[in-house]
Amino acid sequence: MSIVTPASRTPQAALAPDEPAEPTERDEPDEPRLVRPAPVRVGSVILAIVLLGAAVIASVVLGARDVGPSEIWNGLRGGTATVGEAAVYSRLPRTALALLVGGALGLSGAVMQGVTRNPLADPGILGVTGGASLFVVVGIAYFSLGSAAAYIWVAIAGAGAASVLVYAVASTGGGRRSGPSTLRLSLTGAVMAAATASLVTAVLLPRTDVMTQFRFWSVGGVGGGTWDSISLVAPFLLVGAAICLTAAPALDALALGDDMAAGLGTHVARARLVAGLGAVILAGAATAVAGPLIFVGLVVPHACRLMVGARHLWLLPSCVLVGGALLVLCDVAARLLVRPAELDVGIVTALAGGPVFIWMVTRLRTRAL
Amino acid sequence: MTTSSLLRRRPGRDTITSLGAPSPVRSVDRARRVVLAVMGAAVVALCAVGLMAGDTFYGPRAVLLAIGERLLGVGDGGAAAFTVGYLRLPRVITGLLAGLAFAAAGSTFQTLLRNQLAAPDVIGITGGASLAAVVSILALGLTGLAVSVAAMLGALVTAALVLVLADRGGLDIGRVVLIGIALAAMCQAGISTALLGADEYDLGTAFRWLSGSLNNASWDGVGLLAAGVAVGLPVLAVLDRQLRVLQLGDDAAAGLGVRVGTVRRGLVVTAVMLLAVAVAATGPIAFVAFLAGPIAGSIVRRGSLLLPAMLTGAILVLGADLAAGQLLPVQYPVGVVTGALGAPFLIVMLIRQARSRGAS
Repeated sequence: MSIVTPASRTPQAALAPDEPAEPTERDEPDEPRLVRPAPVRVGSVILAIVLLGAAVIASVVLGARDVGPSEIWNGLRGGTATVGEAAVYSRLPRTALALLVGGALGLSGAVMQGVTRNPLADPGILGVTGGASLFVVVGIAYFSLGSAAAYIWVAIAGAGAASVLVYAVASTGGGRRSGPSTLRLSLTGAVMAAATASLVTAVLLPRTDVMTQFRFWSVGGVGGGTWDSISLVAPFLLVGAAICLTAAPALDALALGDDMAAGLGTHVARARLVAGLGAVILAGAATAVAGPLIFVGLVVPHACRLMVGARHLWLLPSCVLVGGALLVLCDVAARLLVRPAELDVGIVTALAGGPVFIWMVTRLRTRAL
Repeated sequence: MTTSSLLRRRPGRDTITSLGAPSPVRSVDRARRVVLAVMGAAVVALCAVGLMAGDTFYGPRAVLLAIGERLLGVGDGGAAAFTVGYLRLPRVITGLLAGLAFAAAGSTFQTLLRNQLAAPDVIGITGGASLAAVVSILALGLTGLAVSVAAMLGALVTAALVLVLADRGGLDIGRVVLIGIALAAMCQAGISTALLGADEYDLGTAFRWLSGSLNNASWDGVGLLAAGVAVGLPVLAVLDRQLRVLQLGDDAAAGLGVRVGTVRRGLVVTAVMLLAVAVAATGPIAFVAFLAGPIAGSIVRRGSLLLPAMLTGAILVLGADLAAGQLLPVQYPVGVVTGALGAPFLIVMLIRQARSRGAS
């Protein structure tokens, strides 16, 4: 069974022993190349930063309420004298939270795609965020977890448990070294997500005290972000991001296939474990503050691969930038689409990400499934 | 290894005639009849318990009196006239019919696409039906037949979408499932949006449309569901023979006189219709359509799966609803129970499938 990631569909992949060269008549002409020229990479990163800035500005300026320039200025300086100023002021932590969570999910998705060599990996699709929210809900309902810091630890534990379970179940029966197929991994993850959703409901239903958060835990949102929750979750995200970034060279090696990576001197199992741990910390911490969000971690790495190529040292940081920008933009859309009410950002990411996922599935070659 | 290997051969199917018994086919047929009778008895027993048990226990006599009054207009109904006649009876009938319909639709899709993963709830069709139903109720204010029609249109559109998108010169089941997963996630998001747009975020309604529930069952819903089932099941029963011939492959089936295209279209439309009336009545009860076929297949090793799967579906829904009402402290929606129970079962199934594949 062979898994073809966008990275391994490049000429180098033909070197991998389990990846025999074959006619590529179905390959689309716009395949992302492994290495982009330096000017393209630098230009792409600058573009991503500009996009991020634009998203942040849009997020502060746009919302359910129209605000004027002076209100924005006063709001940014902490003024809450008028409703408009208060609105701007309240958009700041929410923007920051969307930025952090989006960046974390984008990075986490890129690492999961690298670790599983599965182009459709995503913390939401693989049931990882579902496991995190289940653990948090159980913690609140039965172990009276109170502090937000405890939520984060529990969410990371849940994300870890779900990842191990999904990966283990999906791996059974496959080839020894090839890891689970895209289909088995995605299906197991979808089942895990459905099961955790059922269990979350089962836990919440008798507990009216926890129930007010029902929507939050079933859909996902950043509207409740406060500076307190951000300062709590930020260290976890930093640690997770640091782990992921140190794993970048190992992920490059893994993309060539396990045998090739081992031949290049990479400790394959340890690389998977370390990178996976980083991805789990990111996904768990992000879910603890924003609920389960789907498709962000899927779309962002693919967009970034088109921009900066598949080298993880460039790919991972650009995923942070683009992921942050994407979630901020989704949050803006969530506020504007049904004014004066607002959607949860999880709804927007699901509706916007689904078509991208489908488009990618239709592009995958049959044997890549 | 291709994805078509996910099609699980039902063990024993080919070997059972070589057991060396005097007349193996007849003894197998008898075994099948016995199993079916046991399953039928289980369904009846679950219905009976569902009618008798509850906050107040009513004996068989009180239940029969109430049913007689309600359905036949005989007698005064006795002590249980309201509780059984207006609360438990529609609930049990809805659960029974929805279980039959979900399972028949699921098993038909699984057999037609020759893969156990290709159940309507996995490939997004149930999600499409629920989305259409919820939008037609909450946003358009439709009721009754219109909701069922909307659910059916939603299911048909989703089915067409999945099958067209996944068709790249031949239907690849892996692609069908992956596209279905995405469509199901999008439908879920759409349902959440529709629920938010409703006048108030009513949790009862939300649970019904997100996980499926019998808590809203009433006589109003039973009529349409019963009509749909009364039309759909005979059609599936008639086409069942052709469906099994289709298993031999399209060319072989055509050679045996089966009009492949017509039969396939008829099966898809009928299965989608059954699914839609069930969804309109109960919401998408998780995993029933998916699991009924495989469970029945592991019990009944030979012959058509349609009837065993339907009985299994009824047992699943009625049993889960009883468990939700009687064993657990809170009246959980039935879909929450099937969802929580179904997932471990499915994981076991995936593992077993992988083992048998590794061994062969």
